[in-house]
Amino acid sequence: MSSNALLRVENLRTYYYTKMRQVVVAVDGVNFEIGNNDALALIGESGCGKSTVARTIIRLLPSNARIVEGHVIFDGKIDLTRANEDVLRKLRFRKISIIFQGSMNMLDPVMKIEDQIAEVIKVHNRNTTKEEAIQQARRLLESVGIPPYKGKEYPHQLSGGQKQRVAIAMAIALKPSLIIADEAFTGLDVMVQAQLIELLNDLRKKMKVSLLFITHDIHVIGELCEKIAVMYAGKIVEYGDLKKISESPMHPYTMGLLNAVPTLDGSITGIRSIPGFPPNLSDPPPGCRFHPRCPYRFELCDKEEPQLVEVERGRYVACHLLTRG
Amino acid sequence: MYNEEIPLLRVENLKVWFPTRTGFFTMFREKKYVRAVDGVTFSVNKGDVLSLVGESGAGKTTTGLAIAGVYKPTEGRILFKGVDINNTDKKKAKELRRKIQLIFQDPFESLPPHMTIFDIVGEGIDIHKLADSPQEKIEIVTEALKSVGLIPPEDFFNRYPHELSGGQRQRVAIASTLVLHPELVIADEPVSMIDVSLRWGIIKLMMNLKHRYGLTYIFILHNLALARCISTHIAVMYLGQIVELGPANDVVERPLHPYTQALISVVPSLRKVGRKGKKIILKGEIPNPIDIPPGCRFHPRCPCAFDKCSKEEPQLIEVEPKHYVKCLLYSKNKG
Repeated sequence: MSSNALLRVENLRTYYYTKMRQVVVAVDGVNFEIGNNDALALIGESGCGKSTVARTIIRLLPSNARIVEGHVIFDGKIDLTRANEDVLRKLRFRKISIIFQGSMNMLDPVMKIEDQIAEVIKVHNRNTTKEEAIQQARRLLESVGIPPYKGKEYPHQLSGGQKQRVAIAMAIALKPSLIIADEAFTGLDVMVQAQLIELLNDLRKKMKVSLLFITHDIHVIGELCEKIAVMYAGKIVEYGDLKKISESPMHPYTMGLLNAVPTLDGSITGIRSIPGFPPNLSDPPPGCRFHPRCPYRFELCDKEEPQLVEVERGRYVACHLLTRG
Repeated sequence: MYNEEIPLLRVENLKVWFPTRTGFFTMFREKKYVRAVDGVTFSVNKGDVLSLVGESGAGKTTTGLAIAGVYKPTEGRILFKGVDINNTDKKKAKELRRKIQLIFQDPFESLPPHMTIFDIVGEGIDIHKLADSPQEKIEIVTEALKSVGLIPPEDFFNRYPHELSGGQRQRVAIASTLVLHPELVIADEPVSMIDVSLRWGIIKLMMNLKHRYGLTYIFILHNLALARCISTHIAVMYLGQIVELGPANDVVERPLHPYTQALISVVPSLRKVGRKGKKIILKGEIPNPIDIPPGCRFHPRCPCAFDKCSKEEPQLIEVEPKHYVKCLLYSKNKG
C-alpha cells in the first residue's frame, strides 16, 4: 500500500459494549486505503460493520462504541482516531462529508432548502455574508440538478430523490476531498439511482473528490467505483480492483453476493441466495467467520482463521481455499 | 392474456382518484383530483404471474390496493372470477376478499409489534372462522410456518416481530396470508427492504408456494430483471396508466415503449449480460398526478417525442401478438 493515500485505515478495531456486558466486535482489524480521486466500494450484508467503519472514520460513533486499536490517517498527517473534537469539527464537511441512507429525513422540515445549505456554508466560513451563502446554495442546487427556484421550498415539497440530491449538495458545499456515502441510494427507484450515480460521477470529474461508497447491493457500484472491499462479520475478506473481482471473484462470499441477484437475461439457474444469516458479532463463529454458510468449507475452516493475503498485485483474499495444498 | 373464458381477475378501465383538500377560499374553484390510477385494463388468468413495474408514483401500489379492496374505484370494475367485488352482497364480498391477499413491502412495519407470531398468523383464521377447534388452529399455524421455512415452527410461536430478521418477518407475513387459502396474492415490493443476499430465498419460496397451492401472483416491482425472472407477464405503468403490456420475455427482450427501454437500460448489473446499448437516463421524475401533461403523458421526459405527442393521446394497441404498447411511434397514422 502506498504512503500518499488520502485516507488510510490501518488495522482498525471498533467494538460496541452493551448493557448486558457483551462485546460486539463490529470492526475487527480492517485495512484499506483510498487515493486521491479514487472511489472505493465497501460491500457487505446488514450488520457486517460497514457503517461502523464509516462512523469511525468521521468519528460519529454512539457513546457505547470504542475504537480499540488502529489508525485512520487522513491526508498523510492527521490520525482521525486520536483527533480531538476541535480538529474533527474543522474536518467535517470541509474535508470529509458523509451522506446517509436517511439523509433525506435529516433535513429540517421547517427550514427552506436553500437556508439549510447556506447554514452549512456560514457555520464553516464565518466571514461569508448571508447573501453570499444563499447565492452559493442556489448554485449548488443547480449543480445537483435541482432548479434554483426550488430552494425556496421546504423538504416536504420535494420527492425522495430530490431530497437525496439536497443531501449531496450539502455534502459538496465546502468542496471536501472525501465523500462517504453510506447506503445513500438504497430504497430509491432504479431510475433515480441511475440519475444519482451519473451525478456523483460528474462531481468526481469536476471536483476531484474521492469516494467511499458503502452498500449491500454489489451491482449498483459498477459505474461508480474502481476498487472494492468486501466485508463479512467485521473483517475484509476480499479487496482489490472491482473489474477483476467482479469477473473472477475468489472468496466464496463475494461469489455469493454476485450470484444473489437476477440479471436481465432471465436465466434463473445461476441465482442463489446465500444460505443462513450473518453471524451475531458478539459471538462470531470460530475459524473463518463465513464457514457456517460457505459451500466450499473443509476441515481447516472452522479451526483456523484465514489471513488476508496478497494473491496478485493489489488483490487480497482471506480464504483457506487459496492456500490449500 | 385476453382469454375467451372468464379470467381469474379482470380489471376494466380502473380509475382511482383522490380529491385534493379544499379550504374556505378554494371551495368554489374547480375541484382537483390526484389521478393515481387513471384507466387501467388487464386480465390475469389462473396460474399467471403478472408484474406491475414503473417508478414511484406510477400508480402500481394503488392499483394493487384497489384490487385487494382497500380503495373503492372511482370508475371501472374489478371482476374476480367474473364477480364485481365492489358490487356484490356483503357475505360474498368478505369471501372474495379472503381469496385476494396482500403482502407488503416493509416487514418491519407491516407486522403488529405487540402480537406474537402465533397470534399474527392465527388472526385471519379467527376472523374467517377457518378452524373448528383451538387444536386445529395450532395445526394450521404450524403447517403454515413450516411451509415458509420457519423451522421448528413451535420456536416461533411466542416470539415477537422485533426478534426476527427482515427475511424471517417477510416469511411470517407470507404465512399469515397462506392460512387463508388465497387464490390471488398481491405482493408489493416483497423483497426490496431485504438484504440482497437473502432476497432470492424469499422469491424462491413464493414460487414454490405458487406450485404447491396453485396461487396466482401480482407482483409490484421496480426492478425489471427480477420481474423477468419470475413473471409470465409484465405491465409497465406510467402516471396511472399501462404503457406496455405483454409476455415477460417479449417486454424485456423487445421493449417497444421508450419508457420501458429506459427502465431496462438502467437495471444495475456488474455483469453486462443482456445489456444492449447505452443507458437511457430519464430527466426528472414522474410528474404530479394532479396536473397531467396533455397528449401522451410521457412526452415531457421522452427521448423520442415528436410534435404530435403533446397533442394526441396514444391508445394501447397490439403491435406483436399479445404485446401491447401505448405510444404514437407505433400508431399507423404517425404522420
